[in-house]
Amino acid sequence: MTEHILSWIVFIPLIGMAAIMCVPRGNNSAVKMISLVATGLPLVLATWLYFSLFDKSSSALQFQEEFLWIDLIGAHYFVGVDGLSLALVWLTTLLLFIAVPASFSILKAQKAYYALLMLLEVGILGVFVSMDYFLFYVFWEVMLLPMYFLIGVWGGPRKEYAAIKFFLYTLVGSVLMLIAILMLYFNSDLTRLDAQQLANAGILQVSEEATAEQALSEWTQSDNALAQQFVATTGESDPAQRKQLHTFNILALQQMGQHTDLFDGEGLFGKSIQWWAFLLLFIGFVIKVPSVPLHTWLPDAHVEAPTPISMILAGVLLKMGGYGIIRICYPICPGAGYELAYFVCFVGVVSMVYGAFAALAQKDFKRMVAYSSVSHMGYVVLGLGVWSAVAGTGYNPDFWKMGANGAMFQMIAHGISSAGMFFMVGVIYDRVHHRNLDDFGGLFAKMPVYSGLAIGIFFAGLGLPGLCGFIGEVLVVLSVWKYSTVLAVISAAVVILTAGYILWAIQRVYLGAEYKGPHGEALVPITMRELLIATPLLVMAIVFGVYPNSLLRYMQPSVDRQIENLASWTQLHDERETAANPLDGEDGQMAAANP
Amino acid sequence: MNLQTLIDSLLNDTLQTSLPLFQPELALCGTIVLMLLVRVFRGGEHIPSFVIALAGSCVALWLALPREGLASWAGVEPAEIFTGMLVYDTLTAYMRVFLLCFAVLFIVLVRMTGIADRDDGQDFYTLALGAILGMCIMASANHLLTIFLGIEMASVPSYVLAGIVKGRRRSSEAALKYAVYGAGTAGVMLYGISLLAGVLGTAHLPTMARELVALDIPEMLVSGEQSLTVMVLALGGLMLGVGLAFKLSAVPFHFWCPDVFEGASAEVDAFLSVASKAAALALLVRVGFGLGHVPEASQEVMAMQQTSPVHVASTISNRAEEATHLVADTSNRTIQHEALADDSPLSPVRRFMVILLAVVSVVTCTFGNLAAYGQTNIKRMLAYSTIAHAGYMIMAVAASISLLGQGGTGSQSALAALLLYMAFYLFMNLGAFAIVAFLRNAMQSEEIADYGGLIRSCPLIAVLMTAILVSLVGLPPLAGFWPKLRVLQALYTAGGPLMMFTLVAAGLNTAISLVYYLRVVKTICIDPEPDTRMPVTLGFLPVAYTLVVSLPVIVLGILPERFSLWANQAVTQIFQ
Repeated sequence: MTEHILSWIVFIPLIGMAAIMCVPRGNNSAVKMISLVATGLPLVLATWLYFSLFDKSSSALQFQEEFLWIDLIGAHYFVGVDGLSLALVWLTTLLLFIAVPASFSILKAQKAYYALLMLLEVGILGVFVSMDYFLFYVFWEVMLLPMYFLIGVWGGPRKEYAAIKFFLYTLVGSVLMLIAILMLYFNSDLTRLDAQQLANAGILQVSEEATAEQALSEWTQSDNALAQQFVATTGESDPAQRKQLHTFNILALQQMGQHTDLFDGEGLFGKSIQWWAFLLLFIGFVIKVPSVPLHTWLPDAHVEAPTPISMILAGVLLKMGGYGIIRICYPICPGAGYELAYFVCFVGVVSMVYGAFAALAQKDFKRMVAYSSVSHMGYVVLGLGVWSAVAGTGYNPDFWKMGANGAMFQMIAHGISSAGMFFMVGVIYDRVHHRNLDDFGGLFAKMPVYSGLAIGIFFAGLGLPGLCGFIGEVLVVLSVWKYSTVLAVISAAVVILTAGYILWAIQRVYLGAEYKGPHGEALVPITMRELLIATPLLVMAIVFGVYPNSLLRYMQPSVDRQIENLASWTQLHDERETAANPLDGEDGQMAAANP
Repeated sequence: MNLQTLIDSLLNDTLQTSLPLFQPELALCGTIVLMLLVRVFRGGEHIPSFVIALAGSCVALWLALPREGLASWAGVEPAEIFTGMLVYDTLTAYMRVFLLCFAVLFIVLVRMTGIADRDDGQDFYTLALGAILGMCIMASANHLLTIFLGIEMASVPSYVLAGIVKGRRRSSEAALKYAVYGAGTAGVMLYGISLLAGVLGTAHLPTMARELVALDIPEMLVSGEQSLTVMVLALGGLMLGVGLAFKLSAVPFHFWCPDVFEGASAEVDAFLSVASKAAALALLVRVGFGLGHVPEASQEVMAMQQTSPVHVASTISNRAEEATHLVADTSNRTIQHEALADDSPLSPVRRFMVILLAVVSVVTCTFGNLAAYGQTNIKRMLAYSTIAHAGYMIMAVAASISLLGQGGTGSQSALAALLLYMAFYLFMNLGAFAIVAFLRNAMQSEEIADYGGLIRSCPLIAVLMTAILVSLVGLPPLAGFWPKLRVLQALYTAGGPLMMFTLVAAGLNTAISLVYYLRVVKTICIDPEPDTRMPVTLGFLPVAYTLVVSLPVIVLGILPERFSLWANQAVTQIFQ
């Protein structure tokens, strides 16, 4: 059970989907029960994984499962979790589980709705656990169609427009990503990695008493299909006949990106292959994040989507973009990342500022929250991009580590606070059927418990100290200081704008003498179902705000190790540049950057 | 060599070598004759022609299948048959199985939808099987005359099939348009063939390639002499391309396609979009590889021939035997294509073809996808979709030819991508058109708007149609993703600015195509039922048929391994 726990987490919802399709038409309570179970079990497993099974002191990939999926293209079913993905997996299972009761107010075609919701969960979880690039891509696309239908069928008045816009943007991004995948795949070569690097890539399983070299020789003698290909390729003595052993293994690609010159070949227009790959991947991922100027799908999708889907969209779907950047963009293409670091940070800061100003200008409550997501996700891009380990700082990776940890933390914190905010908007929309900020006011008097919870969650989004939003933002802003003072000042100033739009919204919606808008009679106090959904979110916002270590200590080893690897790569890179010494032409293997 | 020995060797070649390898086609011929003659005899009119057609095509399929299972394709002994007019190799074998599989599925479909009813059933089946026969010849053509013959044999029955629904003006118009267009392009192609054959002194494709090598075009280009010869060759090539482009419905020879697809019945559309297109692509491969590539062994022979000046004068049968012999030789050799570096004498020919194909494919793909936007008729929309998909498939051929100069494996894998594309496209398009046909029978409409809310009246069909359409976009984990991925891979491997441009165009086209496919999905799944539509009910059999045809779209999306293996084996001998 425990060795296949990730597969169970990912595919239990698929079983749930099959079960839902078998339920006779009209039996909606059975459908809801199955959905609760099918999202609840992954949550239980993920919680178990989080608190007890996962070795939080280790930065390595854990709970790996691997087998050959499609031999012809060398795609493996390869899953695993480390600090980068663990918290996101857990957040996904949590929000999907919460989304099910939040969907109980949806009455249209329930069977199809819950079935699609299950499929969506499979796609998202699959993205976070895939360590094979191809599998990653497939899961990435699996999630598109259910999301299209969930917005397009159950959404608001302009649902079809919003749904196709979402689909089209993401598809353009993923096509670019696919091209980048092909570029990296066809330039990869497993035989260029040494034993230790293969072990780091999860291809060799090194037991405690053996060295990597022993494991390698053991592996090459095994009847593993990949091992035999490896032997056949390395055994070829004639250099002209020698083929490359391509791979989709993300970890192996990372090793190649950091320790070999495989991706440094000439691409188009004088830029290297990895420069193009980085750019294509980055565009693909920031569409998902989303960053300005590729964010325009998000307000539409959020506003038109039903409340639970908005929660999932803001809570986890956007995180797939950030996750992709830290998992794929930087480690595989460090050279390009180094070159484009300022560009990445700039994109992040522009998103923060633009999103905040746009949020200030909104009249629609949900649209305001949507733009706040653009602004908050800007912190993530900024934090990931702070390449402060340069010659000027003596290749000190500490600030970058802080930024990356902050970005990772911000992803979880934003997942909780934005899901909460969308839910809070949904609660009043269910009652009064409008979201016009100017028509609200005085909700505190009519719905005191709800208003208290809502204000708490909005403060978490604002980044009030003691709540989860604060930690991520402060870590990111602090780290930028060493990288670029200008960007640091601007990003710090965004906090004021954030406070502006959130406080102003709270004032217009919850404070004031009395509610004068339409359907005032429908403003009944919060129901037990809504309370049960909102409370855990607020509790978590407080827990993570007061005790951030509960998250950070899981992420930190993995994040730190990756940043250290990249920092030492930078040092080597710069030394090579200054020495103007061409790479060793024989095989391009540099001295191991990470012994 | 006197006449007797000539006749003897001809007979020997025909009876011993050629006919045994031609069994599936013979079975088709027999079926057609049987269907036409069976009514002459008493009691013959009681035998339904459906049974004969189905039995005949099943027998042909059985004969076409390799004896040791589908995985044993690579063991096929390549041979030129009928004195070099046709070639029998793994590609022929694959295409024949593909076409005959389609024939079996198609005959069942037309029976179920009732388009081939009791009275003119035999006409319909005769025409369809006759066209399939022509397509088999297209796929194995090795000579410019068989190319022309195959195209005409496949086209003429198709013209009639397009107009088979009697009394419908649109249908007759479609047939006429198709026939006129086809006749025009056939004339142009014939002229091109005569130019090529006139300059090169032969119409036998491998010999033509050798003649091209002997002409030494790079030298001619450098020296500037005989530039007229090069121009005539290029003109001939372009004109030959016109005929192929018509069959492929490639831009700018696609104008017949939407009108014919709208006018003809959906079943015939499936026939045209799957079988006809696949055969045309196979023919394109034959021409492209036949002219753009000379096998190692024959290069040596050519060098020998150049010392003795009687190279064209050898008799037909001699040449065929020689060629057969050569082919057998090559299969035992380890082919070293590195010798054929880019400075080979055929590289201008290849470059010409690659540029032509790449440009045509990008334009075709983009145009098809953009034109599909405005369509309100589902058949017309699917017609533009097939144009776009033809574009993707031609990209694979372009990549394959451009990789020819760099050795075998890359080129082979590009070709395998094409074959995989055809196979998966069969399920997608046959499924889509079958659904369109069944729905037409159920609700007398082929307008996209009338598909509104199908998810509520027949959910299974709606889900399958959604899967097919999304698969046509090319999203994983559905079948349509794999061939598209393989094509992109091939383009990437081919490298170079032109191929990169094609790659990006292919990628962006995927995004463009999303919108119109999804519009149909949206109509089916989201829109309300139109008031004017009758209630839609489909029987068990149509639903079962659709399920059988379109379930592979989902299953192959997760497990494409077996099919790609077959496709890979089917290209192992293309460099003979």
